[in-house]
Amino acid sequence: MKDNNIRIKDFKAIIIFIYVLLMSSCNTDETQTVATFDNLVINEEFSTDGNLDSSLWNIETGDGTAQGIPGWGNNELEYYTDRTENLSVENGYLLITARQESFNGSSYTSARIQTKNKFQTQFGRFEARMRLPNGQGMWPAFWLLGDDNNGTEIWPNIGEIDIMENRGQQPTTISGAVHGPGYSGGNSINKEFNFSDSRVDTDFHVYGVEWGENYINYYVDDVLYNQITPEDVTGEWVFNDRSFYIIINLAVGGDFVGNPNSETLFPQTMLIDYVKVYQQ
Amino acid sequence: MKNKKFNFTKLILLSVAISTAVVSCERDLSEDAVFATNSNTGEIFTDAPVELGSDFYFPFLGSKPTAWSIDNNEGYESSASMRIDVPNANDPEGNYAGAIFRVEGQGRDLSGYNALTFWGKASQGVNIGELGFGLDFIEDKYQTTISNTSFGTSWTKYIIPIPDASKLFDERGLFWYSAGTQETGGFGYTFWIDDLKFENLGTLGNPRPEIYNGEDPISQAFLGNSGVLDTPRVVFNLPSGMNQTVSASPSYFDWSSSEPTIVEIRDSGTIQMLSSGTSVITATMAGVQATGSVTIEVVGEFVFAPTPTRDPADVISIFSDVYDDVPVEFYNGYWQPFQTTLSDDFAINGDNILNYTNFNFVGNQFREPTIDITENSNLHINMLIPGEIPPNLDFLISIINFDGDGVENGRQQVFFNSSDFEADTWSTLEIPITLSNKDGLGLLIYENVNGSSLSNFYLDNIYFY
Repeated sequence: MKDNNIRIKDFKAIIIFIYVLLMSSCNTDETQTVATFDNLVINEEFSTDGNLDSSLWNIETGDGTAQGIPGWGNNELEYYTDRTENLSVENGYLLITARQESFNGSSYTSARIQTKNKFQTQFGRFEARMRLPNGQGMWPAFWLLGDDNNGTEIWPNIGEIDIMENRGQQPTTISGAVHGPGYSGGNSINKEFNFSDSRVDTDFHVYGVEWGENYINYYVDDVLYNQITPEDVTGEWVFNDRSFYIIINLAVGGDFVGNPNSETLFPQTMLIDYVKVYQQ
Repeated sequence: MKNKKFNFTKLILLSVAISTAVVSCERDLSEDAVFATNSNTGEIFTDAPVELGSDFYFPFLGSKPTAWSIDNNEGYESSASMRIDVPNANDPEGNYAGAIFRVEGQGRDLSGYNALTFWGKASQGVNIGELGFGLDFIEDKYQTTISNTSFGTSWTKYIIPIPDASKLFDERGLFWYSAGTQETGGFGYTFWIDDLKFENLGTLGNPRPEIYNGEDPISQAFLGNSGVLDTPRVVFNLPSGMNQTVSASPSYFDWSSSEPTIVEIRDSGTIQMLSSGTSVITATMAGVQATGSVTIEVVGEFVFAPTPTRDPADVISIFSDVYDDVPVEFYNGYWQPFQTTLSDDFAINGDNILNYTNFNFVGNQFREPTIDITENSNLHINMLIPGEIPPNLDFLISIINFDGDGVENGRQQVFFNSSDFEADTWSTLEIPITLSNKDGLGLLIYENVNGSSLSNFYLDNIYFY
């Protein structure tokens, strides 16, 4: 590709440079401190086959109509169920499976779980190790939603922290976002992370945030790729004054991702190895 | 000078040692790798051919042999690349560009890679017909192809996934291409390829193997019949999220027959019908079950066409196992876009039979050279229609003559109907030639006309006498 006539002096420098490169490519960068939260408060490893721990998780069903937001506010196409076809715990993994089938007026089924009123907290390090599905129209998400004070407050004022969202047609890209008053929906504050030599659907990765007063750090595996602070949002910072709960779901279609097409294969399964929460 | 050189060598050794020590965490080379002597170099062309030897470029028959060159003015982030000048369709030196790149000497061990990648661009937007690897003109055992790859005018990275790299521990066919001017009105163009190399991409999706297009057709075959397995496909999801379909040789797949005493799978990618009954053929690739199957119903013994007895000296043969055939370009031209006819030719105990399926029309062409039948009076064809004879059968055979400039100057048309055939029985069609010009015969066309619904038939012993 380049001129092959490298002078010996240059060569030495290049060798040293390569050496440094190779060393750094193998080892985790130890200087990057992302974990100031080291007290493990939730350690969900999905170790009991068949049953989701109901002391921690709620299973949300339906198409959003009952919640007053048909299509879950995003024109999503799935109907969430609590059937094992869509939600099961097997071999130490939680499996959320999207299927193409007629069900209660929807063309797809899937699952959505959350911890509302069972585990809600303010601040901490939230992470999950997951392998995601593949294909146009798949929209897996791991996120936090602010408490609505018994329904007296509404989104986006309650705040939303999207730890990981993926479009199934982009197997090497995920994004992390916050939504709040003045910066919600298509105007969320977000950043993408791109894998250079890995994929979301063939490999497990750890997706996490470290959320403290006036900051949210986003990371994938050992890479911190974004920090969002009150200076970055175009509205009120709503992440210092309330507790949030965890949501994991696999949506099908909708505004964020577009609908499945003829090349989308079903069923598609999202595997969750663990969900952990650390606090100070 | 001497001293410097010594330092240089030491430096290289040191760097190799460091690289080995440090890189080892990225890729684990199996300690019991069997063919450890084969080079595992991935690069084929960077700014020059890489470790290919001196004699590595072998053009396809009929292609322009000088189509490939090294361009020292173009390159992806460099000043050199491979340049392929696809000739005009009327170029006397060859009407398309195509060749294999075969490493000289021992093959390479490519088992540590999962894709052949390169950067490419073209002088105009164009689909490049075929690109791949695994063709060595010896066994062509692991032929791998992507078809109609869209090239634009700026450098773009292309990925040809390897169906199952564990098979490629001794591969000489590192790259091949074939490009014509079907899409460009017969006018040539240029495309460039740079940084052609095998890579291990973490961003490639898992393989999805398919046989028989992922469908489950049912096919009938005769006892003693042999057949060829379908060319399977493997679909890979690329880093971009797009799917890439790769056509893979059957050798990548492990085939199995549900009833091996009825249908036996042979190593060469063929099947042999051993006894009457039904067997389902399925396959796996790299341990992944392929979607699709074929169910083969082996019906009774095949009845052969009558063996011709005419004196070979009086015969000009187009298709026969008894006589020597004249040069024939094709028995099925797959004429686009209207022809639907497929070929499922087969041989039983060395007797070759033409089998046309999904028939609408098809031709046998023998124009290089044409044949002179001024001494002959008849065309002889044996034809068998398996199953029921369609009552609306209207079967046209056209016999076409050409002048010295290749222009048609005579066409005889002969029609046959259902009364000319009996189910599952060979008919002998004797056609007296009435053409006045018959010194340049070059084409036979078989055709369904007037809504005739003939779909499947066999031909044998096509000759003039």
